[in-house]
Amino acid sequence: MNARAERLARPASARLSLIGVLLLSLLAGALFALTIGPVPISPGDILATLIGRDTGQAGVVIWNIRLPRVLAAMLVGAALAAAGASYQIMFRNPLVSPDILGVSSGAALGAVCAIFLSLPILAIQGFAFAGGLLAVALVSTIASAVRGVDTTLVLVLTGVVMGALAGAATSLLKVMADPYDQLPAITFWLLGSLARVNSGDLLPVLPAVILGLIPLVLLRWRINVLSLGDDEARALGIDASRLRLMVIAAATLITASVVAIAGVVGWVGLVIPHIARMLVGPSFAVLLPVAAVIGAGYLLLVDTLSRTLGAVEIPLGILTAVLGAPFFLWLLARGRRGWT
Amino acid sequence: MKVLSLLCCLLAAFITHPVQAERAVTDSASRTVTIPDRVERVFAAGGPAAIALYIIAPDRMLGWPRANRAAEIEFLAQPYAGLPGVGGLTGQGGEASLERMLSLQPDLIIDFGSLRETYIDLANRVQAQTGIPYLLIDGSFENTPAALRLLGDVLGVPERGEALARDAEATFGRIDALLAEVPEDQRPRVYFARRPNGLESGMVGSINTEIIERAGGINVLGRSATARGLVQVGFETILAENPDLVVTWDEQFYRDHRDDPLWQQLPAVQAGRVYLAPMLPFGWIDRPPSLNRIIGLDWMASHLYPDRHQIDLRERAREFYRLWYQVELDEAQLDRLLQ
Repeated sequence: MNARAERLARPASARLSLIGVLLLSLLAGALFALTIGPVPISPGDILATLIGRDTGQAGVVIWNIRLPRVLAAMLVGAALAAAGASYQIMFRNPLVSPDILGVSSGAALGAVCAIFLSLPILAIQGFAFAGGLLAVALVSTIASAVRGVDTTLVLVLTGVVMGALAGAATSLLKVMADPYDQLPAITFWLLGSLARVNSGDLLPVLPAVILGLIPLVLLRWRINVLSLGDDEARALGIDASRLRLMVIAAATLITASVVAIAGVVGWVGLVIPHIARMLVGPSFAVLLPVAAVIGAGYLLLVDTLSRTLGAVEIPLGILTAVLGAPFFLWLLARGRRGWT
Repeated sequence: MKVLSLLCCLLAAFITHPVQAERAVTDSASRTVTIPDRVERVFAAGGPAAIALYIIAPDRMLGWPRANRAAEIEFLAQPYAGLPGVGGLTGQGGEASLERMLSLQPDLIIDFGSLRETYIDLANRVQAQTGIPYLLIDGSFENTPAALRLLGDVLGVPERGEALARDAEATFGRIDALLAEVPEDQRPRVYFARRPNGLESGMVGSINTEIIERAGGINVLGRSATARGLVQVGFETILAENPDLVVTWDEQFYRDHRDDPLWQQLPAVQAGRVYLAPMLPFGWIDRPPSLNRIIGLDWMASHLYPDRHQIDLRERAREFYRLWYQVELDEAQLDRLLQ
């Protein structure tokens, strides 16, 4: 019996208990992350704060700083991993990440525009969100206008071209930006950070992420079929190009929402789905929740390191790459075994 | 009965929570902020703010955005010179996490510099998130006396703020009196060289080179509609613009340009009119653009107008470091500054 059949044969209850264990460890990790920080707060005080007692400065630190950050890290990690898992299944390619259709480069250009124009923080987030959506909408429109060739290939190539264009525009703005107060802000945003997240930022992002997750959950079985190839999907009565468009729209909404508050956080959407696949196999219905939970845990870990390792914040993009790159190289070295 | 119990509650609240005296202050961005009557611990949001705070009330400092280097410490007053690097909030050099800032228990945050929308927003957010009052002070040249008086008032040292403001006003007055005699078209044309190759500069309107115009020079690069920050300059442009003098703070450029056949083509270089601005403990003409540039005005004017600006730069530096940085320079240190 090969590994794949073994995974498929695994009873549903075992998968459920795996998800349960992962969720419990995530909760434990989140509680642990709340206890870490430069302001010393005893676990007792944290508990007292969480059940609503007034604990002065400890209360401010927990409610306004640590809790929003812990929640944001988990949300961003889960969202990027879920979007990455969807893209990898859909494109039948393990090297695909949510950035492949230009959502991150579009969002980056939007945010850098807003920083360049010295707009308020809410506008920076709004520009980033709109930029991400716009870039992917452009890519999809152009790709669907090109007929008669491999649709997936055209889509990915258009995405790469659009990413390069947006990257060029971003670089131009960086050259023109004020080195004293705009350039550092731009650089920091491009590397991703949750340093400034507050609870007000989370409120609009959470519904957008959930809105993007709903179609992915509802369409989980059909998305599985998509991984077999367009012809097979057609044989099973599924309109592959329409389904693909829906998955792209959902994953883009998810990615653009979290990129708007966290900046460009690389690697999570690429590496986490692989870990999830190694744990539970390629079936999308199980892969999606498992990848989301592991993504949440991974970014929680990375963000906790980012805020505690040095006296100054280390941008998330640096840490996710430092931790993610060696793992990815190892995956590459293993070849494509275990993909389907 | 109800009223009585309410009164009791209020009384109890007063006894258990001694209310600290507070007052409202309006900052340069017209934000009204409630600050404690006695401000003891101040967090500077960035490099320019740290310098302003050091100048006005160093005993309220919690740290520097980055730890000072040995060469800088020598020109700063102890024990403040040795305070640790604690990061900043404005992205002007390493971000401190909000929580790390809170662990220093500041009772006021000050930012000094740009009043752009992004910074006003940052101030409002950090204030709402941490409950610590956050003041934004306009760091432009023209606002310097007003900023000094406002900071003196906020930090409870109004006499010191006033004394510094008067010195700044006297400096501006000296420069303005000099410039009143020089029509625009007779002012010297200046190239501000940055980087070891000297090929980075700022256009008119750039905060990095604005001291040229304030001290009565003309920036050879002129004004640009698009470039607000630093620009890369081709050597041909410099040659074509033919500046009367070149200023720089980059020691390597200052050392290297004399042996560089390209720079030797420039008449200003042939005439030896390349000037290296002192950089300790902070730059005199830039780096960062804060109150440290006040002494740079006299330095710049004395190089622009060696015949008209009759000031003993050595005495002025001694007096400036005494009044503003509260350090007494010895002759060897003055020699090193004005080499």
